[in-house]
Amino acid sequence: MRLDDMSEFAEDPWFDDDAGRLVRPYTVSNGRTQPTAKMDLLSMVMTTGQVSHRRLDIDHAQALSLCHQPISVAEVAAHMRLPATVTKILLSDLVDVGAVATRAPSPTADPTDTPLLETLLDGLQRRL
Amino acid sequence: MAYNDVSNQFPAAIKLIIAGGFGVGKTTFVGSVSEIEPMSTEEVLTEASIGHDDLAGVGDKTTTTVAMDFGRITVDAHHVLYLFGAPGQDRFWFMWDELTNGALGAVVLADTRRLADCFSAVDFFERRNIAFIVAVNEFDGSYHYEADEVRTALDLKPHVPIVPCDARVSHSATTVLIDLVKHLLSAQP
Repeated sequence: MRLDDMSEFAEDPWFDDDAGRLVRPYTVSNGRTQPTAKMDLLSMVMTTGQVSHRRLDIDHAQALSLCHQPISVAEVAAHMRLPATVTKILLSDLVDVGAVATRAPSPTADPTDTPLLETLLDGLQRRL
Repeated sequence: MAYNDVSNQFPAAIKLIIAGGFGVGKTTFVGSVSEIEPMSTEEVLTEASIGHDDLAGVGDKTTTTVAMDFGRITVDAHHVLYLFGAPGQDRFWFMWDELTNGALGAVVLADTRRLADCFSAVDFFERRNIAFIVAVNEFDGSYHYEADEVRTALDLKPHVPIVPCDARVSHSATTVLIDLVKHLLSAQP
C-alpha cells in the first residue's frame, strides 16, 4: 500500500490524558497487523532525509519526526503511545517509501562475546 | 529497501532483562539507571501464541495487552544498552520468550518479604540457560537475610551471584548491572 492511499484514513492522533488515545490504535495502521519489514523492539531506525514529512499523513509524519537520531522501535512506540505492533507497521511503511532506514534486527546477542561484554563493563563503570 | 546505506551509523542495541515479582521494584530499578525517563510500550499479544510460533489455524485467539517498561544507557558511540522490565505476573509468562530473545543476561530482583515471587523468574532463566544474578532489593523494613539463606530459599546454584541492592539509588543499581556483566565475563571459556 502506498502512503498516499492512506491519507484519507489519517486522523489527528488526539490524545486525552484521562481517556488515552482517542483514535483506536489499529485505525492508525489502517487495520493491518503485520509490518512489511521485519522489526523487533530493539531494531534501530533513522530518517534518510529523502522524504518530506509533508508528503505523509500525520501519524507517519510524527513517527518520522522522532527518527532524526537513531532510535529504537520501542522508543518510537513509547513516544507515540502506540502498541509496538502498530508502531512497527508505521515504521515499515516509512522504510518502504525510503523515508527511514533500519538496521535489521540484530542477531541474537552472544553472551560469549567477550569484547562486547568488556565494552559494556567499561561503559557501566564510567557511570559510577 | 534502505537497509545498508546508513546502517553503519546505527549503534548496536544490547538488551538486559530486569525480572522479579510484581511490585518488587523493577520499574524503580530501571528508572534509577536509565538516562531517559523510563518509558513504557505496549505489545498486543495473542494468547494463542503461547509456546507456538505457528499462528496458522488460530481460531479462538484472545488478545492481551502487556506494558513493558524500559530504559536506556548509552554505553559508547557504538553501543546502546536497553533495560527491559519483564512483567512479573504469571499470566504474562507466554511473552517471556520474545522478551528475552537476544538478551545477554538478566537481573532477578528479590524482595525478602516475598521471596517466592521470584521463583518463576529463576526457573525460567535456569531452564533457558540465560545467565542471571539475584539482587536482593533492601527496602526499609524488609527482613535482612544472609546471602546463604536467600540461596537456600531460592535453591540457587552455587555459581549464581547474590548481591544486595537499593533499586532507588543509581549507584547501587548500576553496581548490580556491573556485577551481572562481571558474572557473564566470568563464565567465558
